[in-house]
Amino acid sequence: MPEGVLEIDAVSKRYGEVVALRDMSFDVRAGELFGFVGSNGAGKTTTMRIALGVLSADSGEVRWNGRTVDLDTRRRIGYMPEERGLYPRMKVLDQLVYLAELHGMSTNEAHTSAENWIARLGLRDRRTDEVQRLSLGNQQRVQLAAALVHEPDVLVLDEPFSGLDPVAVDVMSQVLREKASAGVPVVFSSHQLDLVERLCDRVGIVSAGSMVASGTVDELRSGGAPRLVVESPTTVWTASLDGVRVIEKNGTRCVLELADGVDDQAVLHAALAAGPVHEFSRQRPSLTELFRNVVTTEGRSA
Amino acid sequence: MTSARAVSLVARREFVTKVRTRSFLIGTAVIIAVLAGYVVLQSVLFDDQQRSVVGLSGQATQLADPLREKAKAFGIDLETRDVTTAGDAEQEVRDGSLDALVTGAPPELKMIVKGSGDEVLTTALNDVLRQQVLTAQLAEAGINPQEVAQSLANAKVDVTALEPVDPQQGQRLAIGLIVAALLYYSLLVYGTMVAQGVVEEKSSRVVEILLATVRPWQLLLGKVIGLGAVGLLQLLVISTVGLGLSSAFDVVDVGAVGGAALLTGVLWYLLGFFLYATVFAAAASLVSRQEELQSVLTPISMTIIVAFVAGINLMIGSPSGPTVTVLSMLPPFAPILMPGRMALGVAPAWQVLLAVALALLAIAAITWLGGKVYANAVLRTGARVKLREALKL
Repeated sequence: MPEGVLEIDAVSKRYGEVVALRDMSFDVRAGELFGFVGSNGAGKTTTMRIALGVLSADSGEVRWNGRTVDLDTRRRIGYMPEERGLYPRMKVLDQLVYLAELHGMSTNEAHTSAENWIARLGLRDRRTDEVQRLSLGNQQRVQLAAALVHEPDVLVLDEPFSGLDPVAVDVMSQVLREKASAGVPVVFSSHQLDLVERLCDRVGIVSAGSMVASGTVDELRSGGAPRLVVESPTTVWTASLDGVRVIEKNGTRCVLELADGVDDQAVLHAALAAGPVHEFSRQRPSLTELFRNVVTTEGRSA
Repeated sequence: MTSARAVSLVARREFVTKVRTRSFLIGTAVIIAVLAGYVVLQSVLFDDQQRSVVGLSGQATQLADPLREKAKAFGIDLETRDVTTAGDAEQEVRDGSLDALVTGAPPELKMIVKGSGDEVLTTALNDVLRQQVLTAQLAEAGINPQEVAQSLANAKVDVTALEPVDPQQGQRLAIGLIVAALLYYSLLVYGTMVAQGVVEEKSSRVVEILLATVRPWQLLLGKVIGLGAVGLLQLLVISTVGLGLSSAFDVVDVGAVGGAALLTGVLWYLLGFFLYATVFAAAASLVSRQEELQSVLTPISMTIIVAFVAGINLMIGSPSGPTVTVLSMLPPFAPILMPGRMALGVAPAWQVLLAVALALLAIAAITWLGGKVYANAVLRTGARVKLREALKL
């Protein structure tokens, strides 16, 4: 039985004629930060809502510890919806205590935990203020506290970094890292790819309702055809090489894409034979490039 | 976590949040103030109407005692005052501090009033005068005036009523109307409050977090119970204060009628609230913003308003007429009309029981249907959800 693993297994969802999710599958393991990226409308929010039981799937299932997620296991998930939601006229402390209780904590535990997270997230001065009176940044902190206050076993956060100032981004990153190292599987979606790249253990790229690529950032970056960056006065020599394609040329610098089985050393020899080589390196695409690549290819095939 | 715990947590939040708001405290205080003002005004008007001050001058002063007694028999509280200067007294009549001034010697009396004379007072004075003349002449004729008075008193018509009028009829009607009005107010105000709560959760999107941990029906039921309890609390506070004031100022004889009306009022409030609140909540779940709320609530509010206005008119006219009788047993109208008819004492037990049974059936059906609409619509933000779509699945 997979311990501490959140599995999304072949989940599909249609809204009338529109297919929102098509066989969406991935898993998030204990102690892992999983970044969920994809363009708007790719199906990230729908997936998370289905995981939380807020929406029902047409087919497929969500499992936690190998068992289908039901209301009792769902209570153990911490959730931050894309559309932030708190009672605007309720005080910060009351709100967190209430949410903790609704997630199954006793009143005493709820109070202790709410106070604890209020202190952790620097909201102590604001604990008896109505949420609507807080700044946007502080409201975001309360929202995070709302997801964490019942000490969840799983964290599902939809765009937790959007609208945060750099300090809050650091606080959020730190909290997520900490939760993950405590063995909690954490999945979050984001458009800030550099952040995802830096923070996540694994990344899943979603397009048109399916997972098109997933793995560690390194795996993803080293996937695909190898590319070389070569700086030499001419590129005429490349024409004589089989399986080498110039995909970008910028002055004396060019990017080459090698077909399977082409030896990069052979390429270097050919380049040196043609003239001086000032730079010769393996180019690894950034997550942003990968993402763009995946999304545009998918877009063309669709 | 059990369903009961989830529902009670939601209900507790609704109750505590609402009771703490300034609008609830001020609203209740205003209603009580209005009620108290009304009761005090009533009792003052009551007193005023029934008290007359009459000035007696010269030989007319000897009429003071018989006049007061006569007036009492006619149901007016008469105060007499001996005046020495007729001129000053006339001025007092002009000012209004005296209702009338009586001068002259029997049997030739004069009464001076400001505008039109009080008819009852005039009749009383005439009676006293005739009595005196009669007594004097009887004495002259050698007949004992007391014996004549005795036989006169015995000569009267014995009235047999085929449909005796309840001596408390007026009071019952007043209490019936007040109960109906209070229920009308509570259902409308607290029903709307439930609707606003649903939209608040929907527009602030907090409902998405809530529904990740509780089921839609638990959230709906908790909300209805919590706000229903606030309404009940307010109803009880208002009624208790109202009944207390009324009995303190002797406006209505509270006693059994008031107590029974309070009990039936509470029963019908609960039935009516559960019936309407779920409908209010389901309707509210169709829209995403407070501004759109009015459009979906209007048909429901109209039903309550029509039930109240038409019902009250019919009830005052003929509380046992066939229209009111049938309407008062049908679920949408029963919560307002039946308690009114019960306070009037014109609803037989079988009608009350039938109305309660029908209301309970309607509540079961409405809760099921409303719960379904709510569950389907509450997470769909944006454009107004069509009722037909919400009823699917």
